[in-house]
Amino acid sequence: MLKVNNINVYYGAIHAIKGVSLEVKEGAIVTLIGANGAGKSTILKTISGLLRPKTGEIVYEGKKLNTMEAQDIVRSGVCQVPEGRRVFANMSVLENLELGAFLRKDKVQIKEDLEKVFEKFPRLKERMTQLAGTLSGGEQQMLAIGRAMMSRPRLMLLDEPSMGLAPLLVKEIFSIIKEINLSGTTILLVEQNAHMALSIANYAYVLETGKIVLEGPAKELAESEQVKKAYLGG
Amino acid sequence: MEDLLIFLQQLINGISLGSIYALIALGYTMVYGIIKLINFAHGDIYMVGAYVGFFAITKLNMSFIPALLTSMVLCSILGIIIERMAYKPLRNATRIAALITAIGVSLLLEYGGMLIVTPQPRAFPEVFPQTKISFFEGKVYMTNQQLVIFAVTLILMVLLQFIVYKTKTGKAMRAVSFDKDAALLMGININNTISATFAIGSALAAAAGVLVGIYYTSISPLMGIIPGLKAFVAAVLGGIGIIPGAVVGGFLMGIIEALVSGYGASTWRDAVAFGILILILIIKPSGIFGANIREKV
Repeated sequence: MLKVNNINVYYGAIHAIKGVSLEVKEGAIVTLIGANGAGKSTILKTISGLLRPKTGEIVYEGKKLNTMEAQDIVRSGVCQVPEGRRVFANMSVLENLELGAFLRKDKVQIKEDLEKVFEKFPRLKERMTQLAGTLSGGEQQMLAIGRAMMSRPRLMLLDEPSMGLAPLLVKEIFSIIKEINLSGTTILLVEQNAHMALSIANYAYVLETGKIVLEGPAKELAESEQVKKAYLGG
Repeated sequence: MEDLLIFLQQLINGISLGSIYALIALGYTMVYGIIKLINFAHGDIYMVGAYVGFFAITKLNMSFIPALLTSMVLCSILGIIIERMAYKPLRNATRIAALITAIGVSLLLEYGGMLIVTPQPRAFPEVFPQTKISFFEGKVYMTNQQLVIFAVTLILMVLLQFIVYKTKTGKAMRAVSFDKDAALLMGININNTISATFAIGSALAAAAGVLVGIYYTSISPLMGIIPGLKAFVAAVLGGIGIIPGAVVGGFLMGIIEALVSGYGASTWRDAVAFGILILILIIKPSGIFGANIREKV
């Protein structure tokens, strides 16, 4: 479904991503784990069109994302839940969700999807008219995920959904990610919380200072000594 | 009693003048909100608006409303062109580079305007023969022009409120001004949204230009400088980037100016306006409505 072929991304003179290739198969949950500053978010931003690779290409269902505008990437079914949630704090919960469906014109289905989001996150329904900035961190994360669902993505990119959340909430968020996947959305998940990420993913990549150093089925990686030592605290 | 009547009269004058400032200040604040640029050419768009209105009425024999609409449409196109040609190439440049460019565009409009329409001030035609509505045995009155200014301003503000809060474009504008990258991830087209902001801001300035024409009956190519600066002060007073702030700031500036003039210190009115700017910058630089937004983690 998504193929990243040998991309190199720079921030000015800094070579942030050094020849990364990865693949996400339709229906899977693929995770990209690694320490802070390894370049995980940079890869997601590049897929979403916020950054451009200097060389290499990103192919999604035969389309080259690396030459497309960000809005066309969203239109083709790739949506990102950004790091730090980035909800529109000055707008209501409902308005945030409506913005998720910005490119869609099918009013009836939008309404249906809104109901689906509220079903999944009843707390968002209770707080529909509240400003997003007044929500708790966990609620904001739910809003960010709900907002992405509103674009009806076929591939959802999630950037550190567990960041700053209490363990119980992290569990809740991850089970929701799993549910979204089961209902047919392919997931590329970036996480520092390797333990949680490996527990729900099918396949995993380990990123270190801009390079993929290890890859394999998530179960195998969770058992690997190297990963255990570096990322699973044992 | 006499004092109170003078005060009331100045209040009416101040609200009319404040309407003009508020309309211009809205454009300043909206553009600042979305691209963090103080568009110093904004006052000159108001001047162009006044001239378009003038020619629409005198040369094309339009009545007030068609002239107003023509002016608003042409100026919104002008606003879009200015943004695309002058500011868009500098979007990733330093803010000071864009600011200096805005001053350059302002000078271009002022002196280009002189070249085209001559520096000679022109008398704006009397669109509505003046009639006065009197209160308190004629001691306090309101002209029908003041009434029109106030009514048009009110209608435009309601319309703006509707656009910003109820339409897709308005939501996109608020999203882009809050967080550009997050807006991009929603699939919002940033360039079109910025163009829409310039178009709306410029249309409001054009309306102010036509309204000031019928109020002060004289227009010139440099007429935009002082009202433009005062509207900028109004936007800062209310809190730059905040739409209701621009409205409140605009009305406050108009009322303060009218009171200063009404109580015999009219030569001081510009000094007072800019004195206000200094005071806000010392006391509360974020303006009346500005607050430090705390982020939750």
